Amino acid sequence: MGRYVVRRLLQMVPVFIGTTFLIFVMVYAVGDPVNAMFGERAPDPATAAQLRAEFNLDKPVWQQYVLYMGKIFTGDFGNAFNGQPVTELMGTAFPITIRLAVLAIVFEILIGLTLGVLTGLRRGRPVDSGVLMFTLVVISVPTFVTGSLAQYLLGVKWGWIAPAVSPAAPANELLLPALVLALVSLAYVTRLTRTSLAENARADYVRTAIAKGLSRRRVTVRHLLRNSLIPVVTFLGTDVGSLMAGALVTERIFNIQGVGFQLWQGIVRQNSPTVVGFVTILVIVFLLANLLVDLLYAVLDPRIRYV
Amino acid sequence: MTLLEVRDLHVDFHTRDGVVKAVNGVSYSVEPGETLAVLGESGSGKSVTAQAVMGILDMPPGRIPKGEILFHGRDLLTMSAEERRKIRGARMAMIFQDALSALNPVLTVGYQLGEMFRVHQGASRKEAKAKAVELMERVRIPAARARVGDFPHQFSGGMRQRIMIAMALALEPDLIIADEPTTALDVTVQAQVMELLADLQREFNMGLILITHDLGVVADVADKIAVMYAGRIVETAGVKELYRSPAHPYTKGLLDSIPRLDQKGKELYAIQGLPPNMAKVPGGCAFHPRCPAARDVCRTELPPLAAVGDGRGSACHFWKETLGE
Repeated sequence: MGRYVVRRLLQMVPVFIGTTFLIFVMVYAVGDPVNAMFGERAPDPATAAQLRAEFNLDKPVWQQYVLYMGKIFTGDFGNAFNGQPVTELMGTAFPITIRLAVLAIVFEILIGLTLGVLTGLRRGRPVDSGVLMFTLVVISVPTFVTGSLAQYLLGVKWGWIAPAVSPAAPANELLLPALVLALVSLAYVTRLTRTSLAENARADYVRTAIAKGLSRRRVTVRHLLRNSLIPVVTFLGTDVGSLMAGALVTERIFNIQGVGFQLWQGIVRQNSPTVVGFVTILVIVFLLANLLVDLLYAVLDPRIRYV
Repeated sequence: MTLLEVRDLHVDFHTRDGVVKAVNGVSYSVEPGETLAVLGESGSGKSVTAQAVMGILDMPPGRIPKGEILFHGRDLLTMSAEERRKIRGARMAMIFQDALSALNPVLTVGYQLGEMFRVHQGASRKEAKAKAVELMERVRIPAARARVGDFPHQFSGGMRQRIMIAMALALEPDLIIADEPTTALDVTVQAQVMELLADLQREFNMGLILITHDLGVVADVADKIAVMYAGRIVETAGVKELYRSPAHPYTKGLLDSIPRLDQKGKELYAIQGLPPNMAKVPGGCAFHPRCPAARDVCRTELPPLAAVGDGRGSACHFWKETLGE
């Protein structure tokens, strides 16, 4: 197991370099960030040259990349073009997004699993069809529609909640955004749990458990659920990564100043250090989440052993 | 008292394509210490009958419209679900064909064996584990103490089937139903497992229903045989009588299709045609389209299971001719 982890960590290195380099090239190849800083007016050539030198923009792209990465490993993500250190932006943005993602995951587990188990055990009944219809609707409607709709109805029309989240983004204000963010994954969790339960309910070992004279409850909880939840748990693991990054739309709608919000601002204002810095962190989050999922698999299913 | 008596059992399955009559009036009985072999092709209803006895049929789609299953003289079909659950595993147990899929892949064998004691006897976790080790030793699994925490996939096929047997034996039941217990095993391991099962059966004086299509296994261990075809018993007899002189053309066909050394070089006999589609069982005697001795009456009239002497029965209009051949 230890060797497996080391090997996986080493495999991450080329993936990390490849993805960050791609992002770096895309961000710096599109437009001129110095020009973008000055907006409509043409910049003073001397100032522009000074800025280019400061941000290494006068060097070839690969060199810029190497210099940038070197600095990252010392914890220096550089400054945004307005002079604010990128790490400072991260320091405020990540806690907010993590809070949002954790709440979303909790919703996925509480609601998604409950609905999945309910429908999986009552296949073909009205509850089942009802929930299936609901998940279908949820999956087909994009987040920006459900988000805007929820914001309009609950926040504006009925005034139950504040339509925009305050800059500090306390957990209670994040409840509705987290639910919106979780909605699509929640529907997938429901369906995955239901299918997995239905599949395993026909398994031979469930028949054995019944033949052993175990109570219905014990057959369901100990034998059926334990096996059926393996794919669900791993789905939730991978979802941690996508929730962190996928909060972009939700954060925009509810004006939450998290990772997605900062990333969007960075892109719109061509604030390259911000974009590359945030994406680099997200790449790491994704890679670690995937490793975690693979390790989780081995814990949940004893048949899988990594060497 | 007779240990188990199945009387005129019918099992239907309600499917999208209509009602499939999987079992049509099967009757058989098992005494303590006796081995009944139920023989038949797949789809003959032999496993469904056993599942009905165990009470593990999926209902729906399954349904038991008619029949009685008397266990120690009490009809299982009129009992409450809770009463039946207490009998299941404790007084009657089942051994399944493929131990790898029949054991739970994510629980240790020790847990799965111990569960019997915890659920039926209220044993503690520790007691259950100790008893699990004891059971594993009883079915001759080497290094039982060290392996009690292993998972099913860490055992060989033969060892897994031993664990399956240990689980069935855990509470020393009166009746064991073994559904093709050796089909998934190598021939050498098959013999060991059958021997173990026979030994334990003798030790505890259990009744055993052995469901199989393997005539070789049957000859060694069974006391009596019920041959099933298309959801009905077509012949019942003691093992010796049946092997010596079958009273039904289907049984005769089965026996003739065993490869024999003294017929080396000759073409092996095979029963013509295929087993019937259970949704469209032929009228009259269900075997008539494949029967070499079929006549007009076979196409129209269902032969009853007639007594043909010394406790034997045959559901053939021409059992006398078949016996005489």
